[in-house]
Amino acid sequence: MSDLGTAPAPTRGETTVEEYGGGLRALTSRFRGGDLGVLPVVVGLVVIWTVMQILNPVFLSSTNLVNLTLECVPVGVIALGVGFMLLVGQIDLSIGSLSGMAAAVTAILFVGHGWSPWLAVPAAVVISGAVGWLYAQVFNRLGVPSFVITLAGLLGFLGIQLWVLGAAGSINLPFDSGLVAFAQLDFVPQWLSYTLIVVAAAGLFASGYLRARERRRAGLAAASIQGLLLRSVVLLAGAGVAVWYLGRTRGVGWMFVLFLALVLVTHYVLTRTKYGKSIYAVGGNVEAARRAGINVKAVYTSAFVLCTTLAAIGGVLAAARLAASNQSSGGGDVNLNAIAAVVIGGTSLFGGRGSAFAALFGIVVIQSISSGLTLLNLDSSYRYMVTGAVLLLAVALDAVARRSRASHGRA
Amino acid sequence: MSTSPSDAGTLLSLRGITKTFGAVAALTDVDLDVAAGEVVAVVGDNGAGKSTLVKVLSGVHAPDAGTITFEDRAVTIPSPAAAQSLGIATVFQDLALCENLNVIENLFLGRELRALRLNDVAMEVRSRELLDQLSAKIPTVRIPVAALSGGQRQTVAIARSLLGDPKIVILDEPTAALGVAQTAEVLNLIDRLRERGHGVIMISHNMADVLAVADKVAVLRLGRNNGVFDALETTSEEIVTAITGATDNAVTRRARRGRRATEAVKEADDE
Repeated sequence: MSDLGTAPAPTRGETTVEEYGGGLRALTSRFRGGDLGVLPVVVGLVVIWTVMQILNPVFLSSTNLVNLTLECVPVGVIALGVGFMLLVGQIDLSIGSLSGMAAAVTAILFVGHGWSPWLAVPAAVVISGAVGWLYAQVFNRLGVPSFVITLAGLLGFLGIQLWVLGAAGSINLPFDSGLVAFAQLDFVPQWLSYTLIVVAAAGLFASGYLRARERRRAGLAAASIQGLLLRSVVLLAGAGVAVWYLGRTRGVGWMFVLFLALVLVTHYVLTRTKYGKSIYAVGGNVEAARRAGINVKAVYTSAFVLCTTLAAIGGVLAAARLAASNQSSGGGDVNLNAIAAVVIGGTSLFGGRGSAFAALFGIVVIQSISSGLTLLNLDSSYRYMVTGAVLLLAVALDAVARRSRASHGRA
Repeated sequence: MSTSPSDAGTLLSLRGITKTFGAVAALTDVDLDVAAGEVVAVVGDNGAGKSTLVKVLSGVHAPDAGTITFEDRAVTIPSPAAAQSLGIATVFQDLALCENLNVIENLFLGRELRALRLNDVAMEVRSRELLDQLSAKIPTVRIPVAALSGGQRQTVAIARSLLGDPKIVILDEPTAALGVAQTAEVLNLIDRLRERGHGVIMISHNMADVLAVADKVAVLRLGRNNGVFDALETTSEEIVTAITGATDNAVTRRARRGRRATEAVKEADDE
């Protein structure tokens, strides 16, 4: 540590002075230490949007962006679940199959057996969650790598999906059902969108203010009122402009609101609860987590179950968006896009690093590439190649950051 | 030689601790006493049973025979949790820190305040207090452990062991992987633990470190006690002799071979 010698000897009285601005210093040292967070993906997103807009001026049109927000959701929800797995240093390769199976189960119960969607969807989600529990039992008790368990699951549940769908191979969901309407037609009224944004900005400021007051009372470095105000105003203005712009055509879909809500809840759980810390601890150093008294097996189990549950929700949303469940639901690139999204979003494949926002930003990047290239009338061959290149870039960045961390760790 | 079990202020005393793994006797009839505010160094060659002794005390292994008396009560330590609730904290050689978490998160790992809405203000205040008491040189507590030096990590690990307010702190090879300056830092820290009234058991290979900080040096050889020395009156040669077995009390059959080894060590020391 080069600044060891220059650091003032901390005595009890002057801790506040010494720590003043500690937040900023912690942030810069975090970046230098190789913990980049979502910064690279935000920069990447700006670049992609600029290039796409130059290539085709329709890209940033309100119509296209509304579509983009809706397209993001199904795979984004799946990606959120994969995030939990990557954080504990494991992976789930069967998310695509599970999402397809959940879509098939929902369709067969809803259309085939005439169940209410309020029963059919939870049934499909619970079945998928149970699969996650089963994975976790095999993982915890037998010690089979998650990679292999879920690879078996990928094949097995694809089979079940095909079997459930039967000979027809495709079940259409009625257009007048609430499920399809939710994914295609239901948009938040503009006034409500604006209200929600104001509430969110006010909530952000209030929570920040209370937190800063508590910290200042305890003699710790705290954000200034101006900084907090600025943050809230930026959110207010940014989200306000976005809502206004999307509102020029259809507006903000309820499905997208659901996705944002899931991301925010996940963010809270990961950063502000004991459970969230145990997720990071298990991903960072299993042995240390175990010795700290964390029930490591329970943490793994919860990650598996959350992942498969969110995969099922994503699968149902995909089927709703398509208004059909068929043999290719959850097939193709769903699996890899979901995993790629979290990695592009800055979640480390090595475990212990990442955030809920990785899924959000990552999926927006992937869908932006997909949407932009479609607008250019380029077929999926280009989409795969570009997405592959971006993924490679993201993983390379992760590996380099990891090496930087290692060298800083030694310093 | 060994102190009597009824010594005033004795916090922890082991009597006749024996542990075998299959045919291998890792510990045979081992005694050890630690008082409050006393640093006891446990030294010995590889395979002398130091690590097994640490594991018995930290609840990882149960002894096959012998008694453990803690604060005048006979106790058993069946699990690491039991050791912690008794007030015996262990800092293992690998430190068991999560590099991706910051100092506060590591200190409070597994015992965070307010599970559903973390009270990070209270945790940060407590972390800073603790590190200040140890005069730890940590630039900021919100930095990931990955960015800390070896000595700083050792400090964090020791600070974490103090969170549960233990009576006894066991340090397994605390200076093994450290440079000169960092070793000095950790030795200062051990001094401070003694000033705070903790009993400290320090496992070490390094004679200089042991003599610099310990009050008492207990030597293990081939799983048996081989003498307890007052650190102020002994010399490193005397301890090395005990470690390698050339004393009058044990394994006389090997005495001659051992003495030869001792001379070799002495020569190595002189160079």
